[in-house]
Amino acid sequence: MHTIVSIKNLSKTYESGHEALKQVDLDIAEGEILALLGPNGAGKTTLISIICGIVSPTVGQVRVAGFDIINDYRQSRELIGLVPQELTLGAFETVWNTINFSRGLFGRKKDPQYLKQLLKDLSLWDKKYNELRTLSGGMKRRVLIAKALSHEPRILFLDEPTAGVDVELRKDMWAIVRRLQASGVTIILTTHYIEEAEEVADRVGVIAGGRLLLVEDKQALMQKLGKKQLLIELKEPVSALPESLSGYQLELSTGGQQLIYTYNTQGDGTGITALLQAINAAGLMLKDLRTSQSSLEDIFVNLLKEENHS
Amino acid sequence: MNTQAIKVIYKYEMLRAWKTLFQSLASPVISTSLYFIVFGSAIGSRIEQIEGVSYGLFIVPGLTMLSILTQSVANASFGIFFPKFTGSIYEVLSAPVSSFEILVGYVGAATSKSLIIGCIILLTASFFVDLKIMHPFWAAAFLILTCISFSLFGFIIGLWASNFEKLQIIPLLVITPLVFLGGSFYSVQMLPPFWQSVSLLNPVLYLVSGFRWSFFEVSDVSVGISLFMIVVFLLVCLVIVGWIFKTGYRLKQ
Repeated sequence: MHTIVSIKNLSKTYESGHEALKQVDLDIAEGEILALLGPNGAGKTTLISIICGIVSPTVGQVRVAGFDIINDYRQSRELIGLVPQELTLGAFETVWNTINFSRGLFGRKKDPQYLKQLLKDLSLWDKKYNELRTLSGGMKRRVLIAKALSHEPRILFLDEPTAGVDVELRKDMWAIVRRLQASGVTIILTTHYIEEAEEVADRVGVIAGGRLLLVEDKQALMQKLGKKQLLIELKEPVSALPESLSGYQLELSTGGQQLIYTYNTQGDGTGITALLQAINAAGLMLKDLRTSQSSLEDIFVNLLKEENHS
Repeated sequence: MNTQAIKVIYKYEMLRAWKTLFQSLASPVISTSLYFIVFGSAIGSRIEQIEGVSYGLFIVPGLTMLSILTQSVANASFGIFFPKFTGSIYEVLSAPVSSFEILVGYVGAATSKSLIIGCIILLTASFFVDLKIMHPFWAAAFLILTCISFSLFGFIIGLWASNFEKLQIIPLLVITPLVFLGGSFYSVQMLPPFWQSVSLLNPVLYLVSGFRWSFFEVSDVSVGISLFMIVVFLLVCLVIVGWIFKTGYRLKQ
């Protein structure tokens, strides 16, 4: 696929000496939804801020559609829309004026028809003459999205888009994100909610301590790092594992009522057949069988653990 | 050149004044009238003419300068400080606009506003005294140059200020004393020799003197020097603003 944002060897050290980003390399494909996943202070916002021109990089290069973000800042920034993490809005201007301001700032000619539709899509049309300070937090978030989309960007950055957002807005937001993607817009969102990445992203990048630990196709990531568990419930509890089952990765839990078998779906064989035969041979009676897959959350926590160990 | 961006910034800033139109207009009119009543009529009637000009008339240029200096600084500093304060400055920083375009938008609007206020004050003054401007071209030139350079100065303060207190402190502790001691209400020649020399260090003296000359051909220092000083001040402000944008001081991390 065609690369729209190319980040090479990007590092950022703040004046305080804090190293927010360490040699980040990342290619973002046109039209994809990329989730940058990481805990607070991981460097997600710094990365986005550099691409958008709010923070200057210390080392490295970023190109947006081939345009260098520093030398060709006009061309690169015209393509980008940014929804910041904080509700950073003015106070006394109206919704309508503020989105017209945003559009003009990006050099675009007035287009009331487009902006009207945009406000309608974001359920803001009936608030168009409200002053920003009178809006609720959720409404302000919608206004920020409208401002970011006011100049019809090809790339949209959403920094922690669902922080403090109710269910309805979250649903609306994902609907908008999917619609934008369908129209060819590339979307990069940061989050520390794993379900969010799991729900909407095509690819997931895990970032921690200023390092991009990995970027993977979401499905591949889940498969690669995803462990599955087979939960076997027994009719009669056992006090200890029978000798014949000691060769398996088995755990006894819930007072001997349940056996947990952990296996890798990517292995040559999962060993389930042999295990079930062995259980049968050991004379255990089964009550129920269930499998569970590790979520992105588990994967994430494991990655962070590995990072801390190394 | 992103002219669209300049236009929206300019319009946005002008709209801010438009929304508080009554305050924007009423405050210069009222304060000018008060000065005229107190200084022009009450006290001025007991003061003899200064260099052939009645006192009421004599204070008009200084009074106008007093207002446009404070208005330029206040408007321009607040215009850029407030987005910094709310955080909405992120948008300007991430937009395809050059520093020059940002500057033209914000400082242009602040300059326009002070120019309008300057004209309103002169108009108000003409109700109290028989106002005649001997060199209208030079009066306009001094007025415009002053509005531009002090709007630039205000812009610098707005960028530098990290809180509301800092935003107020320069206008309060620097601008106001300089204006009052810069011969707005008197001729520097009325001071003892020592204080005359000290006054020459005050940049506002040159503005007031030059502006007053264009009204009455009466001045404390020669017009050429006045003009030279204001251009120097303008250039110094431009250099500082240029440095701020180049280094991203207080704007970018």
